[in-house]
Amino acid sequence: MRIVIDRRGDFEEWRDSARHLLSAGIRPEAVEWLDRGGLGDDLFGADDAAPSVKTTLTVPRAFVDLAHIVVCHADLAAYAVLYRLLWRLQIERHLLSITTDPDVVRAHQMAKSVGRDSHKMKAFVRFKELPAVEGRNRRQFLAWFEPDHYIVGRTAGFFQRRFADMDWVIATPKGSASWDGDALTVSAQPACNPELVDDTDDLWRTYFANIFNPARLKVKMMQTEMPKKYWKNLPEADLIPDLIAGAEDRVRAMAAKPATTAPKFHYRIHKIKG
Amino acid sequence: MKKSLKHRLAILSDAAKYDASCASSGTTKRDSSRSGGLGSTEGSGICHAYAPDGRCISLLKILLTNFCIYDCAYCINRSSSNVERARFSVEEVIWLTLEFYRRNYIEGLFLSSGIIRSSDYTMEEMVRIARDLRLKHNFQGYIHLKTIPDASAKLIEEAGLFADRLSINIELPTDAGVEAFAPQKHPANIRRSMGELKLKIDEAREPTLKTKRRKRFVPAGQSTQMIIGADATNDATILGTSARLYGGYQLRRVYYSAFSPIPDSSQHLPLIKPPLMREHRLYQADWLYRFYGFDIAEITHGRADGMLDLELDPKLAWALANRDRFPVDINRADKEMLLRVPGFGVKTVMSILTARRHKRLKMEDLARLKVSLKKVKAFIVADGHTPMNLLDRSDLKAMFMPRPEQLSLL
Ligand code: SF4
Repeated sequence: MRIVIDRRGDFEEWRDSARHLLSAGIRPEAVEWLDRGGLGDDLFGADDAAPSVKTTLTVPRAFVDLAHIVVCHADLAAYAVLYRLLWRLQIERHLLSITTDPDVVRAHQMAKSVGRDSHKMKAFVRFKELPAVEGRNRRQFLAWFEPDHYIVGRTAGFFQRRFADMDWVIATPKGSASWDGDALTVSAQPACNPELVDDTDDLWRTYFANIFNPARLKVKMMQTEMPKKYWKNLPEADLIPDLIAGAEDRVRAMAAKPATTAPKFHYRIHKIKG
Repeated sequence: MKKSLKHRLAILSDAAKYDASCASSGTTKRDSSRSGGLGSTEGSGICHAYAPDGRCISLLKILLTNFCIYDCAYCINRSSSNVERARFSVEEVIWLTLEFYRRNYIEGLFLSSGIIRSSDYTMEEMVRIARDLRLKHNFQGYIHLKTIPDASAKLIEEAGLFADRLSINIELPTDAGVEAFAPQKHPANIRRSMGELKLKIDEAREPTLKTKRRKRFVPAGQSTQMIIGADATNDATILGTSARLYGGYQLRRVYYSAFSPIPDSSQHLPLIKPPLMREHRLYQADWLYRFYGFDIAEITHGRADGMLDLELDPKLAWALANRDRFPVDINRADKEMLLRVPGFGVKTVMSILTARRHKRLKMEDLARLKVSLKKVKAFIVADGHTPMNLLDRSDLKAMFMPRPEQLSLL
């Protein structure tokens, strides 16, 4: 049985398909999950799931929460893992407590990866200011971000709660979100990079370069937390190679500099003779 | 000629980088959806960037000014240093905070300052920044203020209404150290400030009789910082000081800052590479104390000189020194003992406790939880696994030592 997914990352769509499959008694091994976007026009493969028998489906709350996250994973295997868990949960009611079960472990790993991506989106989105819109007194901002997973929908609320007093759009290849003070709109349409510039980035770069302590170089640590794949959209990142390259010389120069005599005001304040 | 904003930002962020803290977590949950303002805090902090020193950049960490009438030997801003001086106006700090925040560079502001004119004069300006951010600009992001030594109680109280966190640095682990290196500061006064702040925080936590609501007052608590390696204090003494600070003043965090060379440094201080590994081990030990049920004495017991082993993490070092407490049966042992197994984190222990209600756990189960079997196998019993006299081996320590670094030709 082939199931074609229209809206990646949409929990409801997965749930509807999974309900049909389960009520028709179709085993997880017999299901193939496909992405409409990846299929092009060649749609011959889609099967209609067998007409559903009205059954009520009960699952542990923890599964619903987990599924909402896992379904955002970029690997289509997430859909299959979730269906397999759902199938097994019908008999193994405590399955989710077996924290070492391979399917449970896999689902948790996927959830972790999605969670991390969402966290990185909150961290690394960089808004650029757009010119004011006539007749509108709210400031306008736009950000371009490239997430690994289909997380725009689940992360948009964070930006709404945080940036209430400005209009903003976050555009990504996996959909976009926007806020105008009244409504939060999320779309699954892939967007293109608008390549904007914002003068304030220059001040941020100044800050980034100066808050760095060259005597404590720990490049590996930086890269695990801020992997290179994010760098191209971070205005500060292209400073990094030079900061690293120059660090040792700066420390050496600091050490080599001869001691100086204190400035005059020092003697004045402490009432000592200079 | 007045220095440009950019130039002053360079000076005043450079001057702020020796403060280790950049945390923006642990405050109340707030957002702007109802107020229509700007900013939120949702529990866990966010690092918006990392500098090549591996440190998280979460806040705009700057000084209001790096002019200072004190002469603390370890500090780049001390009065006897020839560093270039600069100063922001209150409005400039507010502007930078808001514009940086809008572009999602930061979670908020960490403001500290050299002391100009008097403690109160300086503290007053800092309080004004926090107050205006909150009241004039409806800013809900994170604010951390470093309180100025000897500022008046009234100003500290006002700061606490607007800031998420207040901190005052203990600077050095012993009183003698503070007196030697920070001649204008007084350890007793620093402790008194911490104590007074603790009392006010406790008071605010009590719901008032009338409104049954708690007052918002420094919701993320207070923290402090100690410089490591500027004097000869050993790790046991340092950790003992931390334990007293956590216990006596309920500090949320004690930060350890490896003494780092500064431009135009004082001749009284060692010109050393910052002891980064030592700093790391202290953080690990601090963590064991706060979250793993270890006593400071247990952690520092291993060596006569009171120093932590630089080569092994403190938990592993403790286990090797206390082999009679092992092996631990993962299907039976209580949570406290599981937490003491080198290689098990809190999360792993929780997973083990849940899973073993339903089945007996084998080594494969641990492997799936991404536990390093190599590290734990000597210390545990699992279904189908007993360590083969591993604990008796005299070379057990050697098995965990880091391998000698590969040398390469330049
Ligand atoms: S009071 Fe603070 S800023 Fe001034 S010299 Fe001492 S540590 Fe530095």
